[in-house]
Amino acid sequence: MDISFATQQLVFGFTLGCFYGLIAIGYTMVYGVLRLINFAHGDLLMVSAYFAFFGIIIFELPWQISFLLAVALTGVLGILIDRGAYRPLRHSPRISALITAIGISFLLENLALVIVGGRPKSFPLPSLFGGVIKIAGVTIPVLSVWVFFITALLLAAVMYIVRRTRVGMAMRALSLDMETVGLMGVDANRVISFTFVLGSVLAAAGGMMWSMKYPAVEPFMGVLPGLKAFVAAVLGGIGNVAGAALGGFILGVAEILIVAVKPEWSGYRDAIAFCILIVILLTRPRGIMGEELPD
Amino acid sequence: MVRIIVAALMTASLAMSSVWAADPIRVGAYLPMTGNVAAYGQMGWSGITVAREMKPTVLGRPVELKLVDTKSDKVESANAVSRLIEREKVIALIGEMISGNTIAGSDHAERRGIPMVSPTATNPIVTQNKKYIFRVCFIDYDQGRVAAKLAREKLKANTAALIYDISQDYCVGLASFFKKEFLQEGGKIVAETMFKSGDRDFTPQLSSIQAAKPDIIYAPIYYTECALIARQAREMGLDVPILSGDGVQAPELLALGGDAVNDVYFTAHFHKAMIETDLGRQFLARFEKETGKPLDAFSAMGADAYFLLVDAIERAGSPDPAKIRNALVNTKDFPGVTGKISLKEDGNPIKAMVINQVKDGQFEYVTTIHP
Repeated sequence: MDISFATQQLVFGFTLGCFYGLIAIGYTMVYGVLRLINFAHGDLLMVSAYFAFFGIIIFELPWQISFLLAVALTGVLGILIDRGAYRPLRHSPRISALITAIGISFLLENLALVIVGGRPKSFPLPSLFGGVIKIAGVTIPVLSVWVFFITALLLAAVMYIVRRTRVGMAMRALSLDMETVGLMGVDANRVISFTFVLGSVLAAAGGMMWSMKYPAVEPFMGVLPGLKAFVAAVLGGIGNVAGAALGGFILGVAEILIVAVKPEWSGYRDAIAFCILIVILLTRPRGIMGEELPD
Repeated sequence: MVRIIVAALMTASLAMSSVWAADPIRVGAYLPMTGNVAAYGQMGWSGITVAREMKPTVLGRPVELKLVDTKSDKVESANAVSRLIEREKVIALIGEMISGNTIAGSDHAERRGIPMVSPTATNPIVTQNKKYIFRVCFIDYDQGRVAAKLAREKLKANTAALIYDISQDYCVGLASFFKKEFLQEGGKIVAETMFKSGDRDFTPQLSSIQAAKPDIIYAPIYYTECALIARQAREMGLDVPILSGDGVQAPELLALGGDAVNDVYFTAHFHKAMIETDLGRQFLARFEKETGKPLDAFSAMGADAYFLLVDAIERAGSPDPAKIRNALVNTKDFPGVTGKISLKEDGNPIKAMVINQVKDGQFEYVTTIHP
């Protein structure tokens, strides 16, 4: 394997890793605050892709406005899901909320199926994100550069919000003890709604980038990235935002390298990725950057 | 007086409607209306419904179609067949559109002795050792052979790379038939890569193909993956021709693939430029008038499955599944939409094959290869 081939694979691995990381950040943040694995995260990604698609194709809006609208609408949807499905279960056992999350995931998928049908739609690619850069025989899609910067930017933003702002302080406090925080005069429901908005916005950002890279928009498009992002989040230490991005990178690079080095194993790509997960969890049960959990 | 007439009319209409409702002939259709290969199911179903409008009765009784969605899934396909047979009491089945699902669904039909006609399941295993399973399409053994010849003779390829979906019987089968024939013709396979249904990133597979420098890529896969693979290949500067199979002939290939799928060659069931029969011409006119869309391969194949089945029921003279099966086996030169169809004892037809090519965002007809 020569140098340019290896570099090329790293570029592809990095790109895929950025996607996983971007989606995993939202996943892990909601978990960090609520101890709820939001299985509907991948489906929010799908919904946001449809919003943007309809904005551009049906309502013929410029893509910038469509993207912003899609992000905003997905944020609103995040609040609605929290109000409708999760808030009533706030004091129920954790397993009830988990099952509800799976239910919401199926609901979104099947709603999309009923409303738009099962055939994939082609997501438009604005020219700003199209094309490739060639450096010394290595092809770098322009979109990969964008994904890298957007992931880095959102990661920094989330870390800033969680660590440096008042609402972030409330989020961290909530994750430790919801009832006491309520007694201290913090409106827990508002903070949780904010968490969901932030999570949904991250899912929407991931959804739009993902659909530009893999432009087949269909009701089940969120399942695979959702699952991979979940793995990335667990790998990095669920609840830890920087860990999620790191987990995404590792997963993406591993998946690409396995296939590039051993093409005849390409069908077992997921199996090998999950084996890596098992090995890491056996040696570090809380993930790479995971902290001691309270329970 | 008026009252009597009204009463008489009402009784007459009641009597008539009860005749119509009393004993329709029930035919089940299990098709992928949603999921990964939803385009095939939806196209096939529109073909079947237009065909039913053209021939709504058989043996003087109306044909009633029962549709069940298989969600492009094997388990759902098997469930759909048992539901259609046990609950809906169908006497014959049409479906599925893809090989893996048809293999999953055919088991139950075979055991209960309900004849089944698949429009487009091309893997040889579909009908193997089965008495009641038929199809109106060619099989992948022939498709792989024709594709290998096309690669060697028309595209002048000495080396080929394979990329296919290991979770689909169709893709695995067709890839191996192509490989066998291509090697026999003196070609060389320089790379063989796989993926799994639902995968969206093919960059590592494609870059190992790029490193092997093949003359062509043979991609016997379904339309979504083919479109994405073409895009990702062209983006990384992998410009060799892509050759594919009947599974890519869906409008989604053109929509998702854009410029990247230009010049994709593929072996196919049908192109409307090849219509030779009267039934084909009538169906073409009716289909395009009713749906407002150009006639595609999967609609035409769905229609042929329906026409062939109804013809067999007519010849059987009764809606008895065993008799229909015997009539199906004895199908000789049935003038279908997609050409003349004769069924052999093994359930497979003798069928012509078409070569198509994507040109300027359209499926262009290249040539027909007769058996």
